[in-house]
Amino acid sequence: MSGPIHIQPGETFTLNVGPQHPATHGVLRVKMEMDGEYIVKAETVLGYIHRMHELMGENRTYPQVLPNLSRLDYLGALGYTHGHVLAVERAAGIEVPERAEYIRAITVELNRVASHLFWFGAFVMDLGGFTPLMYAIEDREYILDMLEAVTGSRLTYCYYRFGGLYNDIDDEFVDRARAFIPRMRKSLKKYDALVTGNIIFRKRLDGIGPISAEMCRKYGATGPVARGAGIDFDVRKNEPYSVYPEFDFDVPVYDECDSLARYNVRMDEMEQSLRIIEQGLDKLPDGPIMPKKKPKLIKPPAGDYYQAVETARGSFGIRIVSDGTKNAYRFKLRSPTYSNMSLFDEACEGMMIMDALALMGSLDLVIPEIDR
Amino acid sequence: MGAYFSEIFRGLQSLATGLGITFKEFFKPVVTVPYPFETIKMSERYRGHIELIESEEGTPKCVACGMCQRACPSGCISLASKSVEYEVEVKGEVKTKKRKVLTKYNLNFTTCSLCGQCVESCNFNAITFSKEYNLASGRKEDFHFDLLNRLEERNS
Repeated sequence: MSGPIHIQPGETFTLNVGPQHPATHGVLRVKMEMDGEYIVKAETVLGYIHRMHELMGENRTYPQVLPNLSRLDYLGALGYTHGHVLAVERAAGIEVPERAEYIRAITVELNRVASHLFWFGAFVMDLGGFTPLMYAIEDREYILDMLEAVTGSRLTYCYYRFGGLYNDIDDEFVDRARAFIPRMRKSLKKYDALVTGNIIFRKRLDGIGPISAEMCRKYGATGPVARGAGIDFDVRKNEPYSVYPEFDFDVPVYDECDSLARYNVRMDEMEQSLRIIEQGLDKLPDGPIMPKKKPKLIKPPAGDYYQAVETARGSFGIRIVSDGTKNAYRFKLRSPTYSNMSLFDEACEGMMIMDALALMGSLDLVIPEIDR
Repeated sequence: MGAYFSEIFRGLQSLATGLGITFKEFFKPVVTVPYPFETIKMSERYRGHIELIESEEGTPKCVACGMCQRACPSGCISLASKSVEYEVEVKGEVKTKKRKVLTKYNLNFTTCSLCGQCVESCNFNAITFSKEYNLASGRKEDFHFDLLNRLEERNS
């Protein structure tokens, strides 16, 4: 080696962020062409954690794919398993008892709050604030304990079954969920005062990282990213599934298109999820959690089936093409983070690297779900 | 000029609010547990690796039908059985009948995803989840459990 390298004015260099970088929250690699601190061109490189879940879905019988779906997104796993069971139930024509649907909705919303809480902590940590992560984890721990007591696992749940649930919830769960709602509302106020009102935080996000509605449509971005760009789209409202039509909740939409808007959408969504949990606990009917008549071997009639659900990250779609056998002919997963991440290349052009990392944090990427 | 000072003022205000919240947290009870010295009791439904259930005679309830083996998504259960003849009295006559006895029940925990389909598929209530979570090792052979052996060790 012969001394330091001097970069001439106007000369660009390549910077690799990842695949092992704390800001990418996983094994995502971003190849950035830099001009000083400004990004000239960015290219996301995928495939570091590809596990062939779609192929596994074609080689295994329908019930055997159940544990795979929770391995897609380890933060909001229940939303994904919910989509899978709904798709197979639609394909095989299995009726689901009402109690099971209510419990599914309650647990999915709890999981959504847990996922947003972790995102909140990690996002603020990306921006340089460490303490809010600790508070967020404490609240999330409460949800995880609650879900562990009913599902048996903490992250990679395998709780839903075709037609119902693995086991019923008990009174203890209902009491804990009821106690959680006021506690979480208090915490949300605390986060608002601590983080949202913080002037450094606002200055780093306000007006920075623009993602327009047009760009969202171009790349197919959904979830909080699209709602932060003024697109009023939520699968729970637009294509209602399960028991969601019976709940009264709002879809938060912000028109600012910047990182702060996406932050605000998620914070408001937590409050809306709490409303759904509250109503779900009030309306929870008695009855069985599994249907009386359930086919022993699941063999959906030949056809093409699709089901979309709203997960914590956006619209998750699952397409099953059945040829009438016990394995699916085609098992296609449409994951929201893949679309949300695709717009990063275009959105971060010309930005400073710190702002680009804040933008990446506001997209809420979970890498195992992109690669599947 | 006025905007400049009001921004400084607002900055200091938000700083004071933040510090006030973190200061209050000092006096909240501790939520963590000093782990190796103190542990939390696992919940009733916690899913550890599977374990055989014994009948009143101390033998496994398992009849070696192989349903769990077939239901398992990752093929981590392997079992073997042998045929045993036994005599039974039916209407005064002594007849010899055959029945399967479990001779081996191995679980490869490295590939298990704890989905619970083996427990669900069992018609004889012969397997359950254990509450063990302190499993750590550098050797993968440590996670190949011989469940029949574990059952005998529990009994002795």
